[in-house]
Amino acid sequence: MLTKRIIPCLDVKDNRVVKGINFLNLRDAGDPVELGARYSEEGADELVFLDITATIRSRKTIVELVEKVAEKVFIPFTVGGGIQNAKQIDELLRSGADKVSVNTAAVKTPQIITEAAQRFGNQCVVLAIDARRSKTKPGKWQVCIKAGSEPTELDVVDWAIKGEKLGAGEILLTSMDADGTKAGYDNQLNKAVSDAVNIPVIASGGAGKLEHLYDAIVDGRADAVLMASITHFGNYGIRQMKEYLRGRGIAVNL
Amino acid sequence: MIVVIDYNVGNVRNVCNAFRHIGSEVQLSCEPKTIEKASGLVLPGVAAFGYAISALGDLAAVIKDAASAGKPLLGICVGYQMLFDESHEYGLYKGLGLVHGKVVGIPATQVVPHMGWNLVKPQSNMDLFAGLGKERHFYFAHSFYAQVADRQAKAAYTDYGFELSASVQKANVYGTQFHPEKSGESGLQVLKNFAQICEKRN
Repeated sequence: MLTKRIIPCLDVKDNRVVKGINFLNLRDAGDPVELGARYSEEGADELVFLDITATIRSRKTIVELVEKVAEKVFIPFTVGGGIQNAKQIDELLRSGADKVSVNTAAVKTPQIITEAAQRFGNQCVVLAIDARRSKTKPGKWQVCIKAGSEPTELDVVDWAIKGEKLGAGEILLTSMDADGTKAGYDNQLNKAVSDAVNIPVIASGGAGKLEHLYDAIVDGRADAVLMASITHFGNYGIRQMKEYLRGRGIAVNL
Repeated sequence: MIVVIDYNVGNVRNVCNAFRHIGSEVQLSCEPKTIEKASGLVLPGVAAFGYAISALGDLAAVIKDAASAGKPLLGICVGYQMLFDESHEYGLYKGLGLVHGKVVGIPATQVVPHMGWNLVKPQSNMDLFAGLGKERHFYFAHSFYAQVADRQAKAAYTDYGFELSASVQKANVYGTQFHPEKSGESGLQVLKNFAQICEKRN
């Protein structure tokens, strides 16, 4: 049986891992390569590196980072943040990334998903969606772009369905309302998207306790759970998370 | 020296990184002469089948000849799928035909792609799994899979709502649908086992 995945996320700024609350107030959490290697040793199933500066200058740094990670880490990893075209995706994959996540560019030019999926295979293409609960439409979420700073008219569930059709192989779904709060994932959101698509959904934003992981998998129907704060600052080890989930009947790679 | 076939299809670097990490000498090449001299060949692949097999071009014959002459060959992911007779991924394409069977889509009743770590149960005496016990988790990322129809081949399967072929072994021809270079310590052990197979032969 396919196991549920535990995925630590490393937000990278100026070659350091940082973590904030609701996308703000960044706190230093260490060296990205070292931290990635440590998580891999501890039994993480996968890693996500997000370049949160995503400037022209940081692009070169992130390619170098990907090369270093690929030499040391022998589990899959995704790279995202500010990716604008298929050429950049190609560069990151060639540098050693297994998957590339696309967010703002996919909203602006949806063909980037199709183009990348056709060239590199859809398993390489992750559609990252930053979702915010709609203030006007109850039970709906709106897609936000540019690191969450710019709301769009797109409905999250509709966009996820379209993303799958365009060729995305996976959805990285971040709740902006829950991100960094440690109050639990937005499982209504996770379930709404998981029910609507037939590709894996990674739940992101809000992990604070072990039971939150279980809830995202069972109530949110997530295929994988992503977390940052609770692993970076030593609250829970990866193994501890997996033992907990296994104890509650979830298949994990342990 | 193990040669990883370089035919310009995305990420082949990680396979080389993993072999170097376990202390094996490895070279990335598309030169028939280098391929002929290799102790073993690795055919990686991150791409659609049709694209990969056309990118392979004339190298297909070189690889087939080497495998027929007994050189150890390891196909990974789409490289694994290419070992078979044919694939039905976006059209009908001929494979290398080293192992009988065909590549078809994972049924839409399952989440597609099959992405993540799944438990593989090898048959006894499958060389790639030496030292790994009865079952191990490996990392998969694919939307098509091989239906093995070769009596001379040993196969390992994983459960994805149906028996999905995860690995084959037929004489000196080996393949894994999963990515050993991305499957942590268990995956590195598979590559070590392949490196040993290559060493023994020389």
